[in-house]
Amino acid sequence: MTATRAAAPITSRLRTADIFRVGASGPRARKTRTALSALGVSIGIAALVGVLGLSESSKSALLDEIASLGTNLLTIEAGAGFGGGDSALPEDALATVERVPTVTDASAVWAVDANVYRNEFIPEGETGSIQVVASDEGLLDTLNGELADGVFLDMGTSSYPNAVVGSVAAERLGIDGLDRPTYVFIGDDYVEVIGVLEEFPLAADLDRAVIIGKEAAVRFYDADERPAVLYSRVVDGSIDETRDILPATADPENPEEVSVSRPSDALEAQAAADEALTTLFLGLGAVALLVGGIGIANVMVIAVIERRGEIGLRRALGATRAHIRRQFLTEAVILSVLGGIGGVAIGVTATYVYATSQDWRVIIPQEAAIGGFIGAIAIGAIAGLYPASRAARLAPTEALRT
Amino acid sequence: MPMKQPSPAPSAGLSTSAALELHSVVKEYPGEPPVRALDDVSLRIDHGELVAVIGPSGSGKSTLLNVMGTLDRPTSGVVAVDGIDTATRSEKEVAGVRARKIGFVFQQFFLLPGMSAVENVSNGLLYQAVPPKERRRRSIEALERVGLGHRLDHPPNHLSGGERQRVAVARALVHRPAFVLADEPTGNLDSKSTDAVMNLISDLHREGTTIVVITHDAAIAASLPRQLAVHDGTIVADSAGDGRQEGGLR
Repeated sequence: MTATRAAAPITSRLRTADIFRVGASGPRARKTRTALSALGVSIGIAALVGVLGLSESSKSALLDEIASLGTNLLTIEAGAGFGGGDSALPEDALATVERVPTVTDASAVWAVDANVYRNEFIPEGETGSIQVVASDEGLLDTLNGELADGVFLDMGTSSYPNAVVGSVAAERLGIDGLDRPTYVFIGDDYVEVIGVLEEFPLAADLDRAVIIGKEAAVRFYDADERPAVLYSRVVDGSIDETRDILPATADPENPEEVSVSRPSDALEAQAAADEALTTLFLGLGAVALLVGGIGIANVMVIAVIERRGEIGLRRALGATRAHIRRQFLTEAVILSVLGGIGGVAIGVTATYVYATSQDWRVIIPQEAAIGGFIGAIAIGAIAGLYPASRAARLAPTEALRT
Repeated sequence: MPMKQPSPAPSAGLSTSAALELHSVVKEYPGEPPVRALDDVSLRIDHGELVAVIGPSGSGKSTLLNVMGTLDRPTSGVVAVDGIDTATRSEKEVAGVRARKIGFVFQQFFLLPGMSAVENVSNGLLYQAVPPKERRRRSIEALERVGLGHRLDHPPNHLSGGERQRVAVARALVHRPAFVLADEPTGNLDSKSTDAVMNLISDLHREGTTIVVITHDAAIAASLPRQLAVHDGTIVADSAGDGRQEGGLR
């Protein structure tokens, strides 16, 4: 052969930084399309990050609540709860339960056979499903309850017609504050409301109750002195064994009629149920991400068809097939990374806004943010494989023919 | 300014290497029977020449352009660009030959949207790994050379057709190729822009650039110093004389 030059370094080379620059040139020149195709991935990533963030935040809020309410509360009832007929615990049940060494605190609630109304003109049937009960002065402490307004019953007020209303009962009775003297009509008398309670997550029955002092209940409403429900706090390590001995302690004669429950179990079950729901939403997020990836593949296939001229030009300027493949692969990854960044931002913002509005601690699991980002890169790379190899296979002569 | 081209290496039977040499080039497309688009074409284009390749459509002109530009490989024969035989080279090396030795100007300009004139021109240096700063500096120089020093940062859609083609010419020149292949460079231009682009090509030729213009326009071809007429896959006439075609390839 004639004119050949041997060792000249003639291979085509593209700098690493230029691979990125070239890959970004397409998305940069077509901003709307870039935004729309990145949006698909954004939605998927945002769903994943948001779901994980919200579920973690709400779970931590719930766990905080459980922790603050305490998991060591045991509720002792005879039969079906207060107001449930004549089933009641023995009169001295509170005293015997308090004597159990592992019980640190106990309070009792007594049923009162009276109805409460906003005033004397309300027809008798319209009780609003509000129970009237009596309690001792320690109930609020035993339940770790909080007052929304006013004060709880004490030694002085519990002997006279004074009432504390539960959160739901307050709403139904139209009580929104105690700025002015407020009364409710119990039985045949007006009773002054001295306190409004916050919710009792561990004793939801009390939310729909109006509580009066035990002395007053006996004096004015002829209440049964046998308690309907006992609430007890137990030393943390001894909950199960205490639970076993409580029925016989509270009612030695009819221990089988006494049921002991642990209200925090229900909240823990709720946390577990939330987790199941989270898994479902994560699945939906993954589907959204997949659809976003398919969207990118779609856009890239169209780009390769539309940009034959550019592919031909670049080949004429010295790009190898590998350079073309890398360009389109990079482009797909750029789209998905933009989507990933947007998605993480949307997911974090949504979590922050919602968690803040719910007074939850904002928790963004790092796995969610980092995993979402890595997932986006992977989706882009996979979505770009086929379009990129199509672009690379295109012969320059064919690409330049328009 | 540094010349990227190494001086032609002396080799057996050659005093100087041509910008482009084709020797017994045959290009067949598969089929029954095979279509022979180029039939034993030999030609030599020396450094500094301005050559028109003219022929009607279907004459093999486009195939000749693709083979000369190493965009397509011949079925047999030799295509040597600035002394480098491309037949024995790998795909990466042939791409490297294009990146360093050949400048392309197309009828459709092929400027990339969303990129300024400078960025478009600097794409001509992209695939030989020239650093960005140097790319920009040389691109500005090239644009000034084609008279577009005042349009550096304009995107293609803010330029007239004639200006676009001048940007494309700057892109073809920026890496100082052994020759520029211009495929119907005035095919999409009005007569005024056509004159401007042809004047630019003549000016570049006077400054020493080797240019091959592929055209079907007899008037344009006639205005250039040398014409190669292609018909039915062979060169039927060469205004430089037959002896020139085969020169040095024996």
